[in-house]
Amino acid sequence: MTGAVAQALWSHWRRSPLQLFTLLAGLILATALWSGVQAVNSEARASYDAAAATLGEGQFDQITPRQGSEIAQDSYIALRRAGWQVAPVIEGRWNGFRLIGLDPLTAPASLSSVQPEEGFDFADYLREGPLSVNAESASRFAELTDRPLRIVADLAPDTVIADIGVAQALLRAEGMLTRLIVSPSQPLNLPELDEIAPELQLDPAAASADVGRLTDSFHLNLTAFGFLSFAVGIFIVHGAIGLAFEQRRAMIRTLRATGVPLARLTLMMAAELLLFALLGGAIGVLCGYGIAALLLPDVAATLEGLYGAQVAGTLQFRASWWLSGFAICIGGTALASSGALWRLSRVSVIETGRAQAWRALSGKTSVVQGAVAAILLLAALIFANFGHGLIAGFSLLGCLLLGAALLLPLMLSAVLGLAQRVSRSALLQWFWADTRQQLPGLSLALMALLLAMAANVGVSTMVSSFRLTFIGFLDQRLFSELYVRADDAEQAQALQDFLSPRARDVLPIVEEEWEVAGLPTELFGAQIGPSYIENWGFLDASDNPWEETARGEAVLINEQLARRAGLWVGDEVLLSEGVTLRIAGVFGDYGNPIGQSVVSYSLFEQLAPDAMPTNFGIRSDAPEALTRALINDFGLRETQIVDQASIKALSLDIFERTFTVTGALNVLTLAVAGFAILMSLLTLAAMRVPQLAPAWALGLTRAKLGQLELVRALILAALTALFALPLGLALAWVLLAIVNVEAFGWRLPMYLFPADYARLGLFATAAALIAASWPALKLSRLPPADLLKVFSNER
Amino acid sequence: MLDVSQVTKSYSGADGPVIVLRGVSFSLGAGETLALTGESGSGKSTLLHLIGGLDQADGGQITIEGRDITHLGDAERAALRRDEVGLIFQQFNLIPSLDVAANIAFQARLAGRYDKESARDLSNKLGLTEQLSKYPEQLSGGQQQRVAIARTLAARPKLVLADEPTGNLDEDTAAQVLDEMLALVNDTGAALITVTHSPQIAAKMGRVLRLSHGQLA
Repeated sequence: MTGAVAQALWSHWRRSPLQLFTLLAGLILATALWSGVQAVNSEARASYDAAAATLGEGQFDQITPRQGSEIAQDSYIALRRAGWQVAPVIEGRWNGFRLIGLDPLTAPASLSSVQPEEGFDFADYLREGPLSVNAESASRFAELTDRPLRIVADLAPDTVIADIGVAQALLRAEGMLTRLIVSPSQPLNLPELDEIAPELQLDPAAASADVGRLTDSFHLNLTAFGFLSFAVGIFIVHGAIGLAFEQRRAMIRTLRATGVPLARLTLMMAAELLLFALLGGAIGVLCGYGIAALLLPDVAATLEGLYGAQVAGTLQFRASWWLSGFAICIGGTALASSGALWRLSRVSVIETGRAQAWRALSGKTSVVQGAVAAILLLAALIFANFGHGLIAGFSLLGCLLLGAALLLPLMLSAVLGLAQRVSRSALLQWFWADTRQQLPGLSLALMALLLAMAANVGVSTMVSSFRLTFIGFLDQRLFSELYVRADDAEQAQALQDFLSPRARDVLPIVEEEWEVAGLPTELFGAQIGPSYIENWGFLDASDNPWEETARGEAVLINEQLARRAGLWVGDEVLLSEGVTLRIAGVFGDYGNPIGQSVVSYSLFEQLAPDAMPTNFGIRSDAPEALTRALINDFGLRETQIVDQASIKALSLDIFERTFTVTGALNVLTLAVAGFAILMSLLTLAAMRVPQLAPAWALGLTRAKLGQLELVRALILAALTALFALPLGLALAWVLLAIVNVEAFGWRLPMYLFPADYARLGLFATAAALIAASWPALKLSRLPPADLLKVFSNER
Repeated sequence: MLDVSQVTKSYSGADGPVIVLRGVSFSLGAGETLALTGESGSGKSTLLHLIGGLDQADGGQITIEGRDITHLGDAERAALRRDEVGLIFQQFNLIPSLDVAANIAFQARLAGRYDKESARDLSNKLGLTEQLSKYPEQLSGGQQQRVAIARTLAARPKLVLADEPTGNLDEDTAAQVLDEMLALVNDTGAALITVTHSPQIAAKMGRVLRLSHGQLA
């Protein structure tokens, strides 16, 4: 019996290859977009883990210089002699690679990069000085050196580990170190660090940058976008399964009438879907791999630009996203088919096999759908007003999008009903009524289009708002024409003396780690003058923020600190014992993960007398000449000087690449929605014949019917685009005002870009027009005999 | 072969329960043919559905070869339809995605009684040899009903239930199809109950029962 039933079930797909293609394509697209994003996320996270394993970032305390960036090897030797269990590290860039020198004899054993494998010969290692790289970087690195290479699988990408002596030689920094790793086990009665090396400071492990935590928000955003794309794909699957079940109702009735038990039939149809899910999932994961391979270089650039996180530029197949791709594909199929299977399990064998779901929206269905949409939108409103945290932010997004999608067919139906009522001509009345009749069949595809367009409007508004704000922010913060870095306090003093007669202004950039309102903060001292007053803007400020700050009566804080500590202009904060200052201004500080406070330079000197400025911003009317003078006359190295234009260019370049990922996902999602419309129209085309035949018989030509089909698709897409605009703007508002604040701690102003929206609307209607043109062409060429069959009892 | 005793059936309607059958009783022997006639809504099709295990009676008893089918569960009723009863509908109810040969073989394969020779013989007798590789949509109404008849008889049921089997066919084709069906049913020795409005068809059956308002008249 199983074979016969399987043959009957399969015969439907064999005779309806387009429907099978739609179903599989929906599954493949949904899985590909989801698993592509998962692949990118998992690759990035693996890179963070590799980086942490390489240098013990976040695992061990570290000793770093108080000023400058180098530690004399003598200080290291002094510490070792005093009993400190420390391991030297030198780090620098060498031919585009991050070169790290470690001492394998003193480095903590838990660093994977220095763990000796079985048979490892230290004598050989020290004699030959091999360089450790991961397999991916090995081939590129081999071209740069004749030294032997050692492959270490879990090493971070573009990172080379060498013996400390070899690294010092390659970096031309003999006798210099950049930091010391502090072993967790230290002897008792250890002398204080200040006694042996006062120029060094101990950074606890917790203070080290936890890249994984910083980038969580970015990955959460990517995951949310991946899920949205997946949802669009599942809409297609739902439509295809729903239609297939409806078309097979007659067959199901016959199967049951001829003795196939309901349980067996339901089980076999579920197994059939599972098979499709496995097939679609497998192909989808492979396509996802392709998408991830395309996206990963931009994601890697984004993460490096925003967070300094190193991510491998190439992909590996990882079991986690392979499994997650299959799981979400099977889960999505189950979700998309649950309604159809449930209806199947309840259908009575003596009911006629007529199609029901593709009929016009019944009053009851409309009421239920409207009620669910209203509940979801109400929930969104509650989340917006009372929710806290990222989960509430994303729940708000979910409720808003799903609620709006469910509302769409009802809104369209109302608009089309209104158009029908105000139309005078019979043709127009028939056209509107007929369009309304198509809504149930097209609603899933239109919902997919709505979601895709709203995502486009929302994300592009967010990105463009970010771009405008960010450019303004760069102009505001990078107002000095040159930035220079001195090696030590002595050079810094000499530099100031050299610059005083030559520059318009020399602004020290000095900071100290501080605690404000119980939160870790960067405390800056600013030499307040016209440069700051003319260029810095505030989100909110008192009447004279700079004057109050310059007098040492007030402090300026960034938005992150203000939001996290619940502070605002007019509040007071304790900076040190006896030093309580009023907040005179809150400034935007986009992209900075932690809090910042700015006080006058004189007050800073009182608060942190040991901090000496080694970085300076220089105002100059002739920056190029001054750069030459600094190099030629003062003897500053070229690498110690950075000009404003190159910093801005670099920042903007990083920024532009940052959102390439979301841009690519936008295009993909819209393409999927266009595909959904095409598939729905093609699938409906055969069912349209009985609906169109009477109009044809009454005098409309086939060409006219084809044209009307095109117009219908255009109108539906344009109406959907109109509904998508406010939804997309609401989405942008949620992203900027809620999700961004929860994820990063700062809020972006929202700008509107009407030209972009108009272009997007045109693109969407063009996509619908292209999707509709093939079915319309088929209709205009439909043989009259097929239309005549509608009127005979032979159909 | 078939005993129907005091069978009742009602459905819930918009204005309360609608009683369709009010204690119908009759018997049918092996190889007998019977026409069920009556006005629309008299309960003919409902009675046929109850006998075929498509639906369940509210009261009374139906036995086929001594086995009470009145209280069978869904799976047992499915087995009854598969193994003992053959159904022929006015709307043909062929599987549109299977070709004619597969449609004819379908129920016999379900029942585990498929015999290629006998299926070919049936196709020959019904004039379907040239149509075996075609799909239902490519056949005329008469041809589709012949396929439905062949599908039912290929499974060699003991009882054939036909619900207005020629209702969708023109007069000549209807007469031709009916004669073919009767001859083939006669060949297999199965009993046959046909629901019909047509006095001509009823006249060709061994017995005629007339239902009126849910009761035998």
